[in-house]
Amino acid sequence: MSRRFPFFLLTAAGAVYFLLFPQQNAYAMHIMEGFLPLKWCIFWYAVMIPFLVAGLISINKTVRANPGVKMLLGLSGAFAFVLSAMKIPSVTGSCSHPTGVGLGAILFGPTAMTVLGCIVLIFQALLLAHGGISTLGANTVSMAVVGPLVSYALYKAGQKMGAPRWLSVFLSATLGDLMTYVTTSFQLALAFPASSGGVAASMAKFMGIFAFTQVPLAVSEGLLTIVIINFLVGYNRRELEELSVLHGEVR
Amino acid sequence: MSGTAKNIILIVFVVVLAFSPLALIRGGEFAGADDRAEKAITSIDPGYHPWLKNIWEPPSSEVESFLFALQAALGAGFIGYFLGYSRGRKRQEQDGRAMVSAGGQKQPAVGNK
Repeated sequence: MSRRFPFFLLTAAGAVYFLLFPQQNAYAMHIMEGFLPLKWCIFWYAVMIPFLVAGLISINKTVRANPGVKMLLGLSGAFAFVLSAMKIPSVTGSCSHPTGVGLGAILFGPTAMTVLGCIVLIFQALLLAHGGISTLGANTVSMAVVGPLVSYALYKAGQKMGAPRWLSVFLSATLGDLMTYVTTSFQLALAFPASSGGVAASMAKFMGIFAFTQVPLAVSEGLLTIVIINFLVGYNRRELEELSVLHGEVR
Repeated sequence: MSGTAKNIILIVFVVVLAFSPLALIRGGEFAGADDRAEKAITSIDPGYHPWLKNIWEPPSSEVESFLFALQAALGAGFIGYFLGYSRGRKRQEQDGRAMVSAGGQKQPAVGNK
């Protein structure tokens, strides 16, 4: 019975969510090309670059130490690629997509995902007119810096406290996804403070648009990340130990 | 419960989460369109105009959905390859071990994991 309990909990949480947030028209995506004033574009690029450099160094180091994990790196990138292509309907009556960066952050650490997330965003900006090159810095910071940092920190914290792996993975991926869109709201609020109420009022407005739509999608991402990690634990135990995702713990 | 059964249940949950809004919310537009973002921003700052346009935009929503499908297919293709590769490798390792323990005699791997 204890195993079923989380699912009941999830179902109950879902029901409460539907009651609390009835339909509202909203969109939720990356920040569009040209929709951030120039100074904010430059600012977020400046924030992004150190993480990108650290990510390249970290990937180089990891791959050199354990060449066997290259396939896993590919998997992390592919996972982010698939999930960020999935525009899924949400309870707010609009669509958004998950980010898929939580998995890679758990496996390779936060900065490695900055690199992979940035590649996904460039692809979407150039070929899909989704997001943009001017807003690439801001979008990378939300999806590929803040998201993975939150995911990584939560997974490590869960491990330290001895939480069950599925719970650490779920919270890590779900909240990482959600924080991405909270960051997007914050970035827009900073650039467009309301004339009355300032940044806080704008933040509330953008949060209503971005973050609530994202809740069920974030949960989906959490569940899918558990599925992949379950598989990896079954079939790629050695690589997970090399990446110290697992500490050779007893099954 | 086996690992596969657990994963199937999780995937069913994801499917339910993805499709329930369509059934529960009647008359929702389910747009994720970028042009609607303009409204939220211009309601705060009516004077703001985007200062840059995308370098290239898919000429139609068909082309756009093609490109999104392509993105998902590329990713899913690699994931499928990876999962199959890992399973096959594990199976082979088990076969190898079984052969060694049987003194070099060929013996099929037993068990599923």
